[in-house]
Parts: sequence; structure tokens; C-alpha cells
Amino acid sequence: MRSHALRTIRIIFSTILFICFFLVFVDFRYIIPAKYINILLYLQFIPSAIKFYGLETLAAGGFLFIIALTVLTGRTYCSFLCPLGIGQDLFSRIGGRFKKKFRRYGYKKPYTIMRYALLAITLIFTMIWGLYMITLLDPYSIFGRFMTFFAKPVIILINNFLAGILGRFDIYTLNKITVKGFPLGVYSIPAAFFILVGVLSFTKGRLYCNAVCPVGTLFGLISKISILRIKFDEEACTRCGRCAVRCKSSCIDFLKPDVDVTRCVDCFNCINICQDNAISYGLVSFKKKVHETDENKRKIIIGSILLLFGLSRTSSAQEKTAPKPKKDSTVKENKTSPVCPPGGVSITAFNKDCTACALCINACPNRVLEPAFKQYGLVGMMQPVMNYHKSFCTYNCTVCTEICPTNALHPLVLEAKKLTQLGKAKFIKDNCIVKTEKTACGACSEACPTKAAHMIPYEGNLVIPEVTEDICIGCGHCEFACPTVPYKAIFVDGNPVHMAAKKPENEQSDIKKPVEFPF
Amino acid sequence: MKRRDFIKTSAGAGLAAGAALSLGGYSQLWASEPTTSKYDMVAVMGGEPDAMFDLGIQELGGMGTYIQKGQKVLIKPNIGWDVIPELAANTNPLLVKRIIEHCFKAGAKEVYVFDHTCDNWVNCYKNSGIEKAAKSAGAKVVPANSESYYHQIEIPGGIKLQKAKVHQLLLETDVFINVPVLKNHNSTRMTCCLKNNMGIVWDRGYWHSNNLNQCIADYALYEKKPALNVIDCYNVMVKHGPQGVSKEDVVQMKSQILTTDWVAGDAAAARMLGVEINTVEYIPMAHKMGLGNMNLDALNIKRIKM
Repeated sequence: MRSHALRTIRIIFSTILFICFFLVFVDFRYIIPAKYINILLYLQFIPSAIKFYGLETLAAGGFLFIIALTVLTGRTYCSFLCPLGIGQDLFSRIGGRFKKKFRRYGYKKPYTIMRYALLAITLIFTMIWGLYMITLLDPYSIFGRFMTFFAKPVIILINNFLAGILGRFDIYTLNKITVKGFPLGVYSIPAAFFILVGVLSFTKGRLYCNAVCPVGTLFGLISKISILRIKFDEEACTRCGRCAVRCKSSCIDFLKPDVDVTRCVDCFNCINICQDNAISYGLVSFKKKVHETDENKRKIIIGSILLLFGLSRTSSAQEKTAPKPKKDSTVKENKTSPVCPPGGVSITAFNKDCTACALCINACPNRVLEPAFKQYGLVGMMQPVMNYHKSFCTYNCTVCTEICPTNALHPLVLEAKKLTQLGKAKFIKDNCIVKTEKTACGACSEACPTKAAHMIPYEGNLVIPEVTEDICIGCGHCEFACPTVPYKAIFVDGNPVHMAAKKPENEQSDIKKPVEFPF
Repeated sequence: MKRRDFIKTSAGAGLAAGAALSLGGYSQLWASEPTTSKYDMVAVMGGEPDAMFDLGIQELGGMGTYIQKGQKVLIKPNIGWDVIPELAANTNPLLVKRIIEHCFKAGAKEVYVFDHTCDNWVNCYKNSGIEKAAKSAGAKVVPANSESYYHQIEIPGGIKLQKAKVHQLLLETDVFINVPVLKNHNSTRMTCCLKNNMGIVWDRGYWHSNNLNQCIADYALYEKKPALNVIDCYNVMVKHGPQGVSKEDVVQMKSQILTTDWVAGDAAAARMLGVEINTVEYIPMAHKMGLGNMNLDALNIKRIKM
């Protein structure tokens, strides 16, 4: 096929897909239903493979389809389905505006040792120790983190700006949302990757995909036996080299002429640029090197990096703290274990299957999930963890369990979730307002959906909290509501293995319907 | 003068109500002209929330007594919890709807509804049924989930609470109608009129940590007071409040209290709940601060059974 339509189809398809992914991650109004998100994520290679490994059902077999697709068509996944890849195309397109079109890419030698070494290390590491390398390098998860850490705050700021303007006209269809920052430490990895992927794509097209990404390298290997690929008509080719400088993957050696299929991502740009109609995409027929170096516009990149760091600062600066009560609480919360999200079953099982794509962090309507820094140890860096100082887990919600693409969070029906004990509330009497200030409070018990936290008589007319642990589900609403600083008087200590909570019992009240006004 | 007025108007209203009832419906009340009747409190029992309000507001002279044409009205129900209407953790949506309809009928330019919720605000607005009910009556349902909607105000004379951040719409509207639901409360024993103010301010945590009862009483000093309090006692959460666990916590009392005096309203509500008024500490506090009258015997109360 020599059709110019191939490139157009690729651009249209990938743009739509990219917009879908973008919307899923920045959907701060929680409009997109979980089932559509699941459809979109079905074909993501790594999440699907992990899910399949855990469930062994074809319902999670999207990755098999991708392997078949790669055998048939080469690395089309990288151009059509990978949100990180499409994002890089967008970046290199912008990069192209800053550079004379004709001298951008050009054939380069593959980073053979580096890419195969990275793939091998990732595979071996994963087999022996678990998903940590994959968490770092899965392109979908990297994309998810970029959206979560950098894109979503910008979108929320824009929303707040618009909501402010609309509010002046008495229109409340948009509402302002507090921008929530994460602990600064967790920005390090996404920021480093953003710089790496950003700079490489801005200046060198798909170099990240061809030198670092283990998924890209794996597909490159599979592509060696692909049936459809880019071909040259050597008779017609005039060795003009236009294709080589247009190739984002720098994989066309126009002097031979030949395409390195392990690096070609089937973007079809070369077909369109060729004036001799010598390049086509079709059934395999059998047949390889020159150097060029680029300089780049550093200012823009440094500027954008500064912006990103600045953003994380501004977002954390917006977290306004409440006026403090007179006395600081004195007893430190003794958390023996972090609280892992519902459906995680146990911290170890959860850590094993999560690739830290941050989808659940974005989907949580209460924004209680945040990327872990040290809570799970090094193994769970960036994986979602409950932060009950900032928010709490909504009683009537199962969203995170429904959308997890790797099944690290198992789906829970609402009734099951309401009885899943993520942790247990612990009361620290010496921090409690009722004891320290001798005034009424009850914020924790007010918030408790099961009344595991309830009030019992104290001095005089005062009542003080008490916790019935077996009906506590560890939702953290008590901890969130507790007004003491810096330490809370009630906190949730995570269950390393989630347990079943008892259903709260309730009896009909003695109070009867009045027949006369009691006043 | 007052007594004479009272006798005249109550007789008139009684006749009107009786006539309307005998005609087999309350729609006539809804359509009749406002009178100038003034009770300190009207308590209604035995009807549906909307019908009880129709009757109650009629006794008070109609919504026109409180709203002038072209005014902006704020209706502040309790929408604090992500709970269905039957569990009565939030104000009855039917009542909210009916009040909004009366406001527009009295010539209100715009009616706003919001609450600073405890649970996720989107879910609360939706699952309480209030968002839908209010919008269907033409009100604007306004978010209150971000600190940027709130403005600092001063409360001169407050013992514990001298400053608070209140929702901008409290400041921008002309008339404030307080529509709490009566509930048991784990700590203060009862939540009703005065405690409903905690959904107007941003920083509730400060109240909790600085003598909750005193802060509740102090806030009532703030100059922007409700023109009317409508207390929803249709379904009453008598234990496990203010959120409730299940339907066992709810007793159907089918009652409603309308009053301009929110301290009196809270005192009457405490009686409904079977709670000794003095144990709800903010009521005697507010009474002593001169913010209302908790001595129900001294009040002119109209009691209606439907």
C-alpha cells in the first residue's frame, strides 16, 4: 500500500485515542463511567498482561491481541495505541516548529546494548522480585503519572478560573476545586521521566521508545517476524534521503535503502514524503547506516521544567490549614501500617500487581488516594495510598476497584466494600478535645458511617469517643474530621491484610410517633 | 393591640383553613392572599412536608411577609450526608421544593440553595434528592466545596468565635431562610436551627476544637439572621445522629415547626426529640446571650393538627 491515507488514518485514530486517555485522567468531575474506561484500557499491553496473569481469563486478554497485531503489522501499537507514544509524537511535532524541517532526524545506529539490556533487566527483575521495574517503565503508567502530576492540576486551575468568571454571572455549572498537591518527594520520579521523555521526544522523535522503553524493545523483537512492514522499491528510489530525515525513529538507512523494523513504529510519514513513490507498506520481502547530531532549544525545556516544579509548589501552597486550637496535641499517632485502597486484599498482594498508573488516584471522587512516597517502602513508591489527613474513603463508592487496569484492586460490589475493613480506628484519649479542653466535640463519631466511633458518657454533660473495632471499616472519616493538630486524636491503623468487618447492628428506637405537641 | 390582632387573624386564618380543609384540599390555601398574622411559632402535625408548609406559612401571613418582590433568597437546608431521603439525615427534598415555590410566588428574583457538606458534596447534593427537587422548582443549586467560595466576617461579641468564613451567597442574598432537619446529635445531643449554621461556614474544625457549643451560640450573633426557620420534623433521626446507620434510627413524626426565633425553634425541637432543653448546651447559652427565647411558655405558638 502506498496510500497517503495511511498516515492520515494514523493521525486521526491516535488523536482520538489520546484525547480519550487525556479525558479519562483529567476527568475531575467524574463524568466518564468505569465501563468505558475499562474498554479503553483493555488494549493497554502491560496492564492487560498483569491482569491476565492474575485472572487467567480472556476477559483480560487484550495483550494477546496486541501480540497478534504486532506479528501482523509491526509496532503499530506504538503509534496507534500507546498514549505515551502518541504524546511524544505531539511533542516532536512541536519540537519540529523550532527546527528546520529538513535536518531533524536522519538515520542513526540503534542503541542495541542499552535497549536489550533494559528489556532483559526488566524481565529478570520482574520474574525474581516483582513489578517494580515495570512500574517505572510501563509507558501507559508513565503517561498516567504525567497526567496526574502535571496535566490535571493545570486543567483544574483553568476550571477554577472559568468557574470564577461564570460565578460572577450567577452561573454555577462549573465549580471551583481545591488543587491538591502530593508530597514533594513523589514528584521526583514523574518529573525525571517527564524531562527524559520530553527532551528526547522534543529533539529526537521516538528515541525514548527505541532506547529505553522495554515494551517498545519487546515489540521490536516481535516485529522481526512481522508480516506487514515498510518496503522500498529500489528501482524507483533516487536515494534523495527525504524519508530518512523525516523518520521519527531515525531508522531509515536511505543509502541501502532499508528500514530497521525493530525501531519502525509504523507512523507512515515516509510514505507521504517520498516523491518517487518508492516507499510502501505491505507484505514482507527481504533486505541496512550514517550520522547526524542535533542541537536543541534548551530555554523552552528549562522553562517548562521550572514551570512544572513551580506548579507543584503552588499546588501545595494552596492547601490552607485551619486555625489551630489553643493547645497542640501531644501524642504521636502510632501507625504500624499504611492503609491500602479497597479491593487491594493485602498490602503485599496489592504492591505486587500495581504499576502506579495513578488512574485510581484520578478516579477517586473524594481524592483520598495519593501516590505513596515511603509508606509502602521502596517497593510501593508512587502506588496509591490512603491519606486520611486530607480526605476519607466515601462509604457509598467502589470506583477505584472498578477501574483498576491491572486488577491490583479487585472489583468489589458496594455491599462487600461496606464490610471490607481496610484498617481499624484507634482513639488517643490524651489528644482528644473533650479531655484536653473539657468541651464537646464528637466530630469523629459524627462522621463515622457505621458508628464504630461513638460517644460514651464522660465528665458532667460531656461525652467522649470510643471505638468498636469489629464494625470499623477503616474509611478514615473520623481521622479526617478530627480537629486536633498536629496529631489526630483518632486515626486509622492499616490492616496489612484487609479483613471482614461485622455489620453494624441497629434496633428500633423506643421513641414513638408523637400524637400531641410536646410543647 | 397585639392580642386583638392575634384573635382576629387567628380566627380568620382558622376559618380559612377550616374552609379549605372542608373543601378537600390545601390548594386553596396555596392560592389565598397573604394575611398579616404573626405568631412567634407555628407548629404543624400530621401532613406531608409540603402540605404542612403550605398551612404553616399561611398562618404566618404567607411568604410575602418575609420576601419582597425582586429579592434574592438563600435557602439553607441540611444536605450534609450522602444518604437517601428516607433516612432523614438531610432536609426533606419535598419541603425544600415547596419553600422555593413559595419564594418565587412571593416575587423572589432568584433562590439559591447550598450546604457545606460533610460527605462528598456531589453525592450529597444528588443522593439527598435536594439538588433535583430544588432545580425543578427553579432554584440555583450552588457548590460550597471550596474555600474560595467563602469570605471572612466578624462576629462582634462572640465569646469563642469572633471570626468565621461564610459562603459568599449568605452575603450576597437579601433574605436567608434556614431549613434544618431535626436530628439527634452524638455530641451536642441535637442538631437543628443553630447547628445548621455549620453548613454555612468553611472552618467547622475550629468550632469543634474551640468549645463547640459556645461557637454554635456565638455564630447566632452574626448580623445576617434568618428571616424564617422551617424545621423539618417529618422523619426524625432519634439516635446515631447526625448521620444515622439505618432506618431503625428514624421515627416518622410528620411534624414541622416554623418560627422567626431560632432559639425558640431549637427549644421546641428538643422537646420533639424528647431531650431536656438544658442538656443541649448551646440553647441556654444563646438564650442568655439574648439571641432568642427558649421559654416556650412565654411564646405565642399556633399548633395545628392536620
